[in-house]
Formats: sequence, C-alpha cells, structure tokens
Amino acid sequence: MVFFELFYTFFLIGLFTFGGGYAMIPMIQEQVVGKGWISEEALTDFIAISEVTPGPFALNISTFVGNTLAGPFGAICSTLGVILPSLIVIIIVAMIMKKFIANRYVQGALNGVKPIVLALILSTALLLLVKVTLFGGHSLQSEFSFDKRSLALLVFLVGFITIYKKINKKSLSPIKILGLSALLGIIIFTV
Amino acid sequence: MSLIIYSIKIAILSYIIYSQMKKDNLFTRLLTLFLTFLKVGALTFGGGYAMIPIVLEEVSKKKKWISEMEMLDIIAISESTPGPIAVNTATYVGYRVNGILGSIVATFGLALPSFVIIFVISYFYKDFMQWQVIQAAFKGLKVGVILLLFNAVLKLKKGVKFTIIGVISFILALAVMIIFSIFDIQFKFMSLCLILYGILLGIVLTKIGKMEGGKE
Repeated sequence: MVFFELFYTFFLIGLFTFGGGYAMIPMIQEQVVGKGWISEEALTDFIAISEVTPGPFALNISTFVGNTLAGPFGAICSTLGVILPSLIVIIIVAMIMKKFIANRYVQGALNGVKPIVLALILSTALLLLVKVTLFGGHSLQSEFSFDKRSLALLVFLVGFITIYKKINKKSLSPIKILGLSALLGIIIFTV
Repeated sequence: MSLIIYSIKIAILSYIIYSQMKKDNLFTRLLTLFLTFLKVGALTFGGGYAMIPIVLEEVSKKKKWISEMEMLDIIAISESTPGPIAVNTATYVGYRVNGILGSIVATFGLALPSFVIIFVISYFYKDFMQWQVIQAAFKGLKVGVILLLFNAVLKLKKGVKFTIIGVISFILALAVMIIFSIFDIQFKFMSLCLILYGILLGIVLTKIGKMEGGKE
C-alpha cells in the first residue's frame, strides 16, 4: 500500500529529524533513494528547487516525493506524515511548557545528538562532493570519471563566497549562492 | 451574470471578515493564525529562522498574544524537539493562541503554499529537465547544493559542544556513513540508529553525571 508506506516513511523522517532543514537530508536520502522512489540525482536537483521556492524544505520535499510517486493523494499522505510527529510532540511539550527545556535529561539528549547530526550532514556533503567531481554524479562503485568543470565551478564559488564575506562582512544568502551556481553552470556546461 | 453575483458574494463575505477582524474572538484568532502562517509558508525561503520576524510581527507586535520573551522560548523548544523548526513553531504558536484547534489551523496554513507550489512544479519538472540549458543549470546547482551543505555544517558547528565523547561520536558517525557508502552497504536506518545512539548516550551520560545539563 503505497499511501501508507509514504505516510509511515515521512512520519519516521519527521520524528527523527532534529533541527530541520539540512539535518533531514541524510535520512531522506536513505529512505527515499534507498527505497528506489526517486534517484539520488533527482533528489539533489530537488534540494535546489526547494531552496528557490518558498516554504520549509521538509514540506516541499514530502509534497514532491508523494506527488511523484502516487499523485495528489500521495502528496497529502506524505505531508501529513511529516507534520504529525511535530503536532503530537509539540502539543505535549506545550502542555508541560518550561519544565521541558530546563530538564537536564532533555539537554543531555540534545548534547548527545548534536555531534551526530553534524556528522551526518558533513558525510552527505563529502560523499556528494566526491560523487559529483570524481564519479560523474553516480555511486562510488560506478566508473571513475573526473569532472574538471564541476571542480572548477566549486573552486570558483568557494573563492567568490569567501571574498564576498570578507568585503561585505555578511555571508551570501543561500538563494544567491544557488542563483550564481546555476548561472555559472549554464556558462560552463553549455560551452 | 453569475460572475457578478459571485463577486458580490465575495465582497459581502470580505466585509463580514473585515468587520470581525477587529474583535478578539475564536474566528479572528483562527483566521489570524491561518493568514500569518500562510504568509510564512509563502514568503520564507529555506524555512527555519527566516520565518521568525514575520511571526513576531503578526503574533507579538500586532496582536500581543505571545510576548517576545516567550517567542524566544518557543524557538528554543522548536529547535530541540523533533521535526522541522517551522512546523514546530507553527504548532506551538497555534497551541498557545487557541489550543489544539489553533495548532492545527496554523500548521495547515504553513503547509498550504508549499503544497500548492510544489504540486504545480512536480508536473512540469520532467519536461522542464529535458532542456539543455536547464540541465547545465542544474549541474551548476548541484555544486551549489554541496556548498550549502558545507555551510550548514559550519553554522551548526557553533551550537555543538565538542567534549571528548562528542568528538568520538562525531568521528564514529562520519566514519560509519563513509564506510557504508564505500562498500555499498544498503541500510536504510543507519542515520536513525546513529541519532538514537546519540540521544541514549546523552541521557546515560547525564544520569551518571558526566554531562552537564542546563541551558547553554
């Protein structure tokens, strides 16, 4: 039953994501790509799409996967799935309010989980980087193909962002970084 | 003809809504919640912190339903509970303004714009991706996404206490994820297991007094 499967998968994702946004990506990748629902390439494309459209990333991705897989009703199931854990947990927390955040076990659990979340995001970034520059965007088991254009683009972007930050004392917003990378992509990859 | 009747109906309806807006009753509370989070859902890019100014403006400054100090607590709680921060904040603010009904209305308002926009996009997505210019743009975007992920790591790093045990957890999780990928081991629940391990470790360490609790 695809609808239940969608609901259940996104319920798990909602329940075990702390911090939201990018912290979600490793788990979405495992579940959604692991189940063969969408390809890893489509997921990365969609992260970019989600970043340039309004709304929280989690809701955007759940709607997209649900709709791609099972149409409008699928999108409703996956969106409900990702929202429901928040709704339940927050309502319970709101009832007991301030005791929650001051509780030392809650703080302990958070301190324990934060390094893990950081490592998960970093590993996703590193693996994607290796895949895009050295394996033509495919898995580490596929044929080696060095993509010097992507690497050049990366080096240029890192340089640009660092210089921009030095001059303006403010980092470039995500949407501007993506706009710039799309533009440079068109220039580099169509020539 | 029907169009005229229809617009008259809408005009009357909006007048009723407008006249009700000034009062503070169940209807205005729910409507304001819905519209506030509809705005948040439609206007914030990337979610998370970008929404906070809008919520503050509508709920704290205009309506004075929640004090600005309490908003800070709400944000802290939204960060430390599972689920997307934006959804958590919407649910919490909704609950504080009008109980469970309020939290449902606020969350629904937040989700609606994403749903509609992405729904439309996912229909055009495939045809759209056939164009060569778009393909090139998305190759560039991939590099951009990787950079954003590294950026997120750098930003989140500030909130993490790197005790010895924290560093060990960090290296362990990183090593496991990379080794699994190198040897192509497919296990869908790896990050879930690692997160559970982190939570349990934190609780156990607090219990035996090796980790400080309290606010950071």
